[in-house]
Amino acid sequence: MRDIVRIGSGQGFWGDSLDAPVRQVEAGPLDYLMMDYLAEVTMSIMQKQRARDASLGYARDFVPLMGRLLPAMLERNVRVISNAGGVNPRSCAEAIAAVARDLRLPRRPRLGIVTGDDILDRLDDLLSRGHPLANLDTGEPLAAVRDRVQSANAYLGAAPVVDALARGADVVVTGRVTDTGLTLGPMMFEFGWRDGDWDRIAAGTVAGHVIECGAQCTGGNCLVGWERLPDMADPGYPIVEARPDGSFTVTKHKGTGGRVTVASVTEQLVYEMGDPRAYITPDGVADFTTISLKQAGRDRVEVSGVKGGPATDSLKVSVSYHYGYKAVGTLVYSWPDAYKKAKMADRILRERLGRLGLQFEEVLTEFVGVDATHGRLAGAPDPDIAEVQLRVGVRAAERAPVDRFSREIAPLILNGPPSVTGFAGGRPKIEEIVAYWPALIAKTEIHPVVDVIEA
Amino acid sequence: MGKKGARRMVQLRWLAHARSGDKGDTANVGLIALRPGYYPLLVREVTVARVARHFRGEIRGPVERFELPNLRALNFLLHGALGGGGTLSLKTDAQGKVFSTALLRMEIPVPAGLRVS
Repeated sequence: MRDIVRIGSGQGFWGDSLDAPVRQVEAGPLDYLMMDYLAEVTMSIMQKQRARDASLGYARDFVPLMGRLLPAMLERNVRVISNAGGVNPRSCAEAIAAVARDLRLPRRPRLGIVTGDDILDRLDDLLSRGHPLANLDTGEPLAAVRDRVQSANAYLGAAPVVDALARGADVVVTGRVTDTGLTLGPMMFEFGWRDGDWDRIAAGTVAGHVIECGAQCTGGNCLVGWERLPDMADPGYPIVEARPDGSFTVTKHKGTGGRVTVASVTEQLVYEMGDPRAYITPDGVADFTTISLKQAGRDRVEVSGVKGGPATDSLKVSVSYHYGYKAVGTLVYSWPDAYKKAKMADRILRERLGRLGLQFEEVLTEFVGVDATHGRLAGAPDPDIAEVQLRVGVRAAERAPVDRFSREIAPLILNGPPSVTGFAGGRPKIEEIVAYWPALIAKTEIHPVVDVIEA
Repeated sequence: MGKKGARRMVQLRWLAHARSGDKGDTANVGLIALRPGYYPLLVREVTVARVARHFRGEIRGPVERFELPNLRALNFLLHGALGGGGTLSLKTDAQGKVFSTALLRMEIPVPAGLRVS
């Protein structure tokens, strides 16, 4: 058993830095690279892709990235774990295998495929057998929106990742697995942690939470010392140096930008936090009030003392469903009287929408430069403010009123208050709203499947 | 019990840093003491009642508070803060990323002699 296993984050979300994963593999020692591709409603996009073409439904850019990384990965013994598989992990793995075959690598990489999370095709059966999949926030049963559901996935935990690694996978491609599971998996595999090792599982969960947002724990989005951070054009993404006893160090490669401090790690620990005593995952429940942090030299923060409890007998389920449509239009008004002009334009626009008889679920006006971030807490703006952006958004179940709204912005340029600009982007885009429905399902209903193929 | 003595109002910005995020239509704000000595002050003065009053009119639901003495932090849940949250919200800050700094605007009473950076 190794004394230290290094697990790095290469990506905090789909759309994060293109270079970070490559830097992680090349800029210093690393054993595992985890990458998160799935936001709450990403699966709905992937289901639509697969409906059009059965070979799709995964994060396509993951495949060429693996092409770029595989030579260095095999040379340096780095394994990659990612939920880029979306609703078609097998197809994703096969696409990577095809790229690998063209690369003439020293050996054939093995690709782990984790499925069993997708319950879209099983929904009616589950509902009819008395699983209401009630919304965790509102209590409503899923039946209320059944005909508009676009995806449904249970959040798997670390266990199938451990299984894939145990079977020699160099790249583990999953569907919906918790972000923390992607980091905890390698730790459980390397150190032999099992069900019952609740404190160590909790520690691995904390490690996963720390690194799952990439550079947001290494100086990014940090209120302490942000003006003095070195080289934020090349921030070092975080690396956990994990140890068998559950303690770990958060660090980053030497020579990279950013800073790892107690402040930066603490900010990430409280990010997207509910009740800190009960951070629930498929693998266990972690108590964030037991975490001890200590700065241990430059860019090294030691984490220890983590305690946790047994896993629950449910899994969280993420369902996405069609909700309606929205659009946001903006115009910029300049000094003098920028705020007054923007307010008048808003009044004119709302008068127009009223006269057209358009019905919306919500119409929201914000004035960027005045109240878009802090509302009335920001107080009144400086009367000589240089510019104010009027920003009006609408939401409706139907597309037609949103579309009509989108055509009422441009006329204000010639018809409305003076000194208006910032409209070169054209008519506001109408967006379909795919909403998120969180629910629970008994673990006994979900059966993860792990396959390993050779490229 | 000692008397409180002279006090002055100080913005949380000088006593704490913070980060916020979202969970559905709820914004969470983690408030972290800038110096270890400030934490008991935050616990005493940054109450649910004060925070609810601070955000009145800006959020539609209740406020909850959790303590993390190990990190010298408080975690606040601001329910009904995000205009429906996620993909529904029309707000610029649909994901609650600047509720952190909105909370740092709040003032609390501190001992008049407290050294603040």
